[in-house]
Amino acid sequence: MASVAAPTPGSPDVPTVPLMVRLAQPRILIVLAALTWLPLVAYVMFDASRLVLLPAIPSVLLLWALAMLNWRESTVALIGATLVCFWLLIAVSVPFLPLVDPNQPVQPFVKPFSEARDQFFWLGTDFRGRDMLSRALWGCQRVIVWGVTATATAYVIGTTLGLIAGYLAGWWDELISFIGNVILSFPVMVLFIVILTYFGPSGFNIIVAVTFASAPAIMRIVRGLTLDIKTRDYVFAAQTRGEKPFYIMVVELLPNARGPIIVDACLRLGYTTVAITTLTFLGLGLQPPDPDWGLMIKEAASSALLFQFSYMLLVPALSVSSLILGFNLLADGLREMSLRD
Amino acid sequence: MLPLIGKRLVQMVLIMIVASFVLFLIFDSDEFKKKIAVAELGGFAVSALSDADYQQWLANKGLDVPFFQRYGSWVGGVLTGDFGHSFEKNTDVGPLLWDRLKSTGILAFWVFALMIPLSLVLGVIAGMKEGGKRDRAVSFFAVFTTSIPEIATAILLTVFLALGLGWFPTKSAMTQGFDGWQLVLPVLTLVIYSFGYVTRMTRASMAEVMTSQYIRTAVLKGLPRNRIIMRHALRNALIAPFTVIVLQLNWLLSGVVVVEVFFEYNGFGKMLLEAALFGDIYVVQAATFVAVVVAVMSQIISDIGYTFLNPRIRFS
Amino acid sequence: MTDATPILECENLCLSYFTRAGEIPAVVDFNLKVMPGEAVGIVGESGCGKSTVALAIMQYLGNNGRIVSGAIRFMGRDLTTMSEEELRQLRGSKIAMVYQEPMASLNPSMTIANQLMEVPLFHDDDCDEKEARKRALEMLENVRLPDPARIMEAYPHQISGGQQQRVVIAMALLSNPNLLLLDEPTTALDVTVEAGIVQLIKEISERFGTSMIYISHNLGLILETCDRITVMYSGEAVEEGSVEQVFDMMRHPYTRGLFHSIPLPGADKNARPLMPIRGQLPLPHERPKGCNFGPRCDFFQEGVCDSGPIAMETVPDHQRHVTRCARFAEIDWDAETEVAAAGAAANLGEVVLRVENMKKYYELRDTSLMALISGKTSRTVKANEKLDFEAREAETVAIVGESGCGKSTFAKVMMGLETATEGHIYLDGKDLANTTVQKRKAQVVGHLQMVFQNPFDTLNPSHTVGNQIARVIRKFGVEQDPEKVKARVMELLDIVKLPRDFYKRRPRQLSGGQKQRVGIARAFAGNPRVVIADEPVSALDVSVQAAVSQLLMDIQRENRTTLVFISHDLSLVRYLADRVVVMYLGTIAEQGTTDEVFAPPYHPYTEALLSAVPIADTRIKKKEIVLQGDIPSAVNPPPGCPFQTRCPRKIGTICETEAPPIREFGPGHRIACHIAPEELEAMDPVITMPAKEAAA
Repeated sequence: MASVAAPTPGSPDVPTVPLMVRLAQPRILIVLAALTWLPLVAYVMFDASRLVLLPAIPSVLLLWALAMLNWRESTVALIGATLVCFWLLIAVSVPFLPLVDPNQPVQPFVKPFSEARDQFFWLGTDFRGRDMLSRALWGCQRVIVWGVTATATAYVIGTTLGLIAGYLAGWWDELISFIGNVILSFPVMVLFIVILTYFGPSGFNIIVAVTFASAPAIMRIVRGLTLDIKTRDYVFAAQTRGEKPFYIMVVELLPNARGPIIVDACLRLGYTTVAITTLTFLGLGLQPPDPDWGLMIKEAASSALLFQFSYMLLVPALSVSSLILGFNLLADGLREMSLRD
Repeated sequence: MLPLIGKRLVQMVLIMIVASFVLFLIFDSDEFKKKIAVAELGGFAVSALSDADYQQWLANKGLDVPFFQRYGSWVGGVLTGDFGHSFEKNTDVGPLLWDRLKSTGILAFWVFALMIPLSLVLGVIAGMKEGGKRDRAVSFFAVFTTSIPEIATAILLTVFLALGLGWFPTKSAMTQGFDGWQLVLPVLTLVIYSFGYVTRMTRASMAEVMTSQYIRTAVLKGLPRNRIIMRHALRNALIAPFTVIVLQLNWLLSGVVVVEVFFEYNGFGKMLLEAALFGDIYVVQAATFVAVVVAVMSQIISDIGYTFLNPRIRFS
Repeated sequence: MTDATPILECENLCLSYFTRAGEIPAVVDFNLKVMPGEAVGIVGESGCGKSTVALAIMQYLGNNGRIVSGAIRFMGRDLTTMSEEELRQLRGSKIAMVYQEPMASLNPSMTIANQLMEVPLFHDDDCDEKEARKRALEMLENVRLPDPARIMEAYPHQISGGQQQRVVIAMALLSNPNLLLLDEPTTALDVTVEAGIVQLIKEISERFGTSMIYISHNLGLILETCDRITVMYSGEAVEEGSVEQVFDMMRHPYTRGLFHSIPLPGADKNARPLMPIRGQLPLPHERPKGCNFGPRCDFFQEGVCDSGPIAMETVPDHQRHVTRCARFAEIDWDAETEVAAAGAAANLGEVVLRVENMKKYYELRDTSLMALISGKTSRTVKANEKLDFEAREAETVAIVGESGCGKSTFAKVMMGLETATEGHIYLDGKDLANTTVQKRKAQVVGHLQMVFQNPFDTLNPSHTVGNQIARVIRKFGVEQDPEKVKARVMELLDIVKLPRDFYKRRPRQLSGGQKQRVGIARAFAGNPRVVIADEPVSALDVSVQAAVSQLLMDIQRENRTTLVFISHDLSLVRYLADRVVVMYLGTIAEQGTTDEVFAPPYHPYTEALLSAVPIADTRIKKKEIVLQGDIPSAVNPPPGCPFQTRCPRKIGTICETEAPPIREFGPGHRIACHIAPEELEAMDPVITMPAKEAAA
C-alpha cells in the first residue's frame, strides 16, 4: 500500500537532466558554499581587500537560484532560503554598495524617511548620528561570519565525537558521553558567560564558547543517528569485509546521517545567531565601534528608550529576527521535504 | 527505577565536583584577582599600588591562600550551608542567592503557568490533523515566535506595550517593593519565545500518534472521535512533550539572563551576569552550583516522569 | 445461495490516491461478492492494491485516498454514501478487522482489558462495565489464550506476538461481526505460531459463521482458510473463482505464473527448476495500456492484449469463475509448461566448511536492584550450543529455524564479528572460530561472504552500485587496476542479469529484487569459497523470489561455491538445499540430507514445522500438528530438551531434566531426541500426495 501512496519517481537518466538540476550536486554545492564563505572570512577576520568578495556575489546568487529550482515543493523552504540568501548577499556585497560609512557621525536623532545635511536617511540616524541603514546592512556581516564559522567548528568536533561514541561504543562512548553530560548540565548562558569572561570578549572566543556549548548536543544527535545506521546490513557487510572503523565511519555512516545533520545545522545556525546577538547585547561578544545588531540594540536600549526613537531598537531587532526566521524556515522546509521522500 | 535515580544523583555529585573545581581554577587566575581589584579600587588606584600593597590587599580579601586550601575550605563551607562572601555586594552569598532565586522563581512560575497550557493545547490541536489549516496556522505562528530572539521580543513588547500604549512600565526593577504590573513584560517575553518550541514538539508527537496503527485500530473499532483523542491519543502523545517541558527549566536559567538584564529585574540571571563581569567568584560559584543542581534535577524528574507515563518502560 | 443478499459487495470499485505527482489509481474496476458464511481470499504481491481494498471497505483511506467511482455495499447499504456516525456504528460491531502487525495495532499505554471492553461499551447500549469485562474475559478464553485473567490486566508489550494477535482477533470478534477482514494476520509471526492462528481462524468461521475476507500474499494460507479467491495484479482483480477452480483450473497467465514460481513438494531444483515471471511489477503511474500483465506475459499478442481495457469474462462451464484475460479461450491450459533446461545435480567436492562443537554464549549484565541484591548480576545467554555440521564444495546447506534459534549469531561468528566461546570453525582446514575479521587475511575474508536479508538495507544508499561492487574487488585484491576493476564489475552485473548502466545508479533507483541481485554480485565479487545467504529472498515478492533464488543457485553451481542458506521457508529449503540443519533455541534438533529430513524419522520439532508450513497444492494431505504456546526466550531457555515446553510427543520428566542424546539414523542423519529410535522410525510422513507422485 505504501508503495502506491508514495510512488518513487522513475529513475531519471543522467543525460536528459537540465543544467540547473545537474548543478545541484553535493560537490558543486560545497564549492559554491566555500566560494561564499572563504572570502567573507578573509574580509572580516583578516582584513583582506574588498576585492576578495567579488567571486562570492555570483556564488550566492547561484545558490539562491538552485534553491528556488530544487525546492519548489516546499514554500516554507523557499521563503527561508530567500531570507538567508538575502542577508548573505548583503554580507558579501555591502562594501560595494553606495552607503554612508557606518561609523561616520552625521547628525544625531534624524527620523526615518527624512533629510538632514543634504542627505536622505531611509532609516534615520542613531543617537550619535550614524546612518541606521548603513549600520543595519553592515551589521549582518559579523554575525554571519562568526556565527557560521562557530557553528561549523562545533559541527566538525561534535560530529567526530558522535561518530566515535556511537560506532566504537564501550569506553569511548562512556567517556565522551560523560564529558558531554557535564557540559550540558551548565545552562548555555552560564557557560557562555563563564567562558567569555575568562577568555575575554572577542569574535574568536565566541567560536570557542559556541563550540563548547553546541558540540555536546551535536554529539548526542550524531551518536543517536550512528547507533541507528550501524545496525544496517550495509554496515554489517563492510564489517564482514574487514574494513577499518575509520573507513566505516567516514564512508558508510557519515553520508547517511547527512540529512538530519543538515536540518539540525540550519536550526543551530539560528540559535548561534541568537546567542551572538544576545552576548553582544550583554557586553560579552563583539566589541564596538564596528556595527553589529546586538551592539545597536545595546546602545539604543540604554540611551534612547522613548517611543519616538524606537526605530533605533526596531531596525536591528527586526533584522536579526528575519535572519533567524530564515534559518528556521529553511530547517522546517528541509525536514518536511526529507520526510516526504 | 531506583538505580536510575541513584545513578543520576551520583552523576550530579560528580558533575558538581568537576564543575566547581574547574570554575575555581578559572577564577583563581591572577587576571581575575586583578580584575576584582580594578573593579573595587578603580584602575588608576590599582596601577598605583606597589607590589607589597597589592599582596596586602589580596591577604585582606583572603585571596592569597593557596588554591587547594581555599577550594577545600569553600567546599567545607558549602557542605555546612555557607556559600562565602560577595566582593561586589559585600554581603553573604547565601541570603543574596535565596533572595534572587525567589524572584526568578516567581518569574518562572508564571512563565510555566502560561506556557504549558498554551503550548499543549495548540500543539494537540495542530497535531490532530496534520497538514490541515489549523496545523499550518499554528506551525507558522510557532516558527515565527521562536525565530524572534528574546532580546527582540523584549524590545517589541517594550516599544508597543510600554512606550507606545503605556500599559506597562518599561523596567521591572521593583524598587518600591513587589509590583505585579512590572512582571508582565518579562513573563510575556519568555512565554512568547519558549512556547513555540514546546508547541512544535507536542504537534510532532501528536501527529505521529495520530498516524499510528493503534489509532487506526481505535477508529476501526468504531469509537467516537473524542474518545479516540482523549483516551487513545493524548496519553501517548504527551510523553515526549512532558520531558521537553521539564528540561525547559534548564533552558529558562539561560533565558532569564537577557530578560532580567533588559528589564532590570533583580533575579538570579542578572546577579550571575553582574558577578561574572565583576569576577565575584563566590557568587558565580554558587550560581553555577544552583544551575547544575536544577539541570540535573530536571533531568531526573524528566526520567521519572517518562518512566511513569510509559508503561512499556515501567514494566520491563 | 444466489438470491440471498451478499454480506459485502464491491461493484466496479475504482480507488485513487491523490499526491503531488497527480492522481494515482490504486485499484481499478474491482468486483467482489462475499456471501454469508463465506471466506474469500485476496491474494497478490505488494502494491497490487489488496490492502487498499480492505481499507476502502472500512472507509479508512487517509487524507489523500478517495473512491473515484463504484459502490461498496454492506448488507445492501452503500458504505460510500454513509455519514461518519453511521460508519462509526458499523465499524467494530458489524465489520471488524485484524491487522498485519499486532504489536503496533494495540495501544501501548492501555491495558488489554480496557482496550477489549471498549468494544461492547461503545456498541451495545445495554452493556455496563461489569458485563463488558465478563464478555472480554470469555472472548479471551474463546481465542485459546492461556491464563486470560492475567492477560486482561497486562499491557500489550508484556505478551508475545502470537498472544497479541489472538487479543486483536478477540477484539474483532467481541461484537459478533458479520464480516471479518484479515489483512496478512500472520505475516509478522513465526511459522509454528502462524499455524496456531490459522487454526483459530478456521475455527471461527465454523463456530460463529462469520464471513471473512482474508488478504495474503501466501497462496498456501488462502488454500487452508478460504472458499473463494480473488487474484490481484497491479490494481486489478485478474481472476476470481472458488479455490479449487483457481488452484487447479486457472485461466489467467499471471495466476499460473504465481504457481510456477513457488516451490511445491515434489519439485526439485535439478529436475524441475522454478519458473519465475520475467520483468517486474509496473509502478502505478507506468502501467501499460490494455493488460497490465502484458509486458511480462508469455501469451502476449500485439493488438489483442494492448488495445484497451480488458473486461472480466466468465469462464464457460465454470460457475462463478471469471478472468481478465483477452486470450484465455485460445490458450491451451492443460499443456505441460515448458520445462526450463534441467541442470545436472552438482557432484559434491571435499569438505570446505566444518563446524565442530561450536558454542557462543553471551553475558547479559543485569543492573536492576533485585539483581544487585541477589548478587546475580550476570546471566548467560546460550545463543549457540554445540553446533556440529559440515558443508562440501558446491553443496547447499540450509539452516532452518524460527526466531531465536541462533541463526544470526552463528552467521556473526562465521563472519568473524564475534568469536566463538568454544569449539572450532574450519574453512579449508583453517580454524577461524577465534579470529575476528580484522585479524583474518584479506583472502580468507574474501573466501567467506554474505548475502543479506533486507534489500532496503543491504546497499549503502549514498554510493553508486558500481562503487560498492568495485570496493569489494579492490579490497580482496582480485584486481587493482581501475580499468580492470570496472570491467570486472560489468562482468558481475552481466552475471546477475542486470543492465550495465546500473553501474552509475544509486540504490534508491532500484527495486527490491534488483538490489538483492546487486547484493549477490557483491558477495561473489571476491570469488568466495563459502557464501552465507541469510533469508536472501524472504522480503521479496513471490514472483521475484523465484528469479533471485534461481540466480543464486546458478552462480553457485557455476563457481562450485558452498552455500549456507539460512531460511525459515521449508518449501524453498526443500527445493534448493542438499542438506538441512534444523535449529531450535540455539541447538541443532535434526540434520541430514534434504530427503532424510523431510521423511520419517523426524525430530518432533521438524514434524511440527513441516505440518505448519502452508502448501499451495490442493492434492496435498497434511497431518495437523499445532504447537501450543510460543517460542521461549533464548535468555531463559527451558532446562533439559529446549523443545520440551511445546513438544506434543514429550515422554516424561527425562525431557525436562536431561539434554537429549544425539542419535545417528543414517550416515549424517542425526536427531537429538529422547524418544526411542524405533518409535521415531515408525512415524507417519507429515505430507502425503495421494497421486502417484508421492512426497519425498
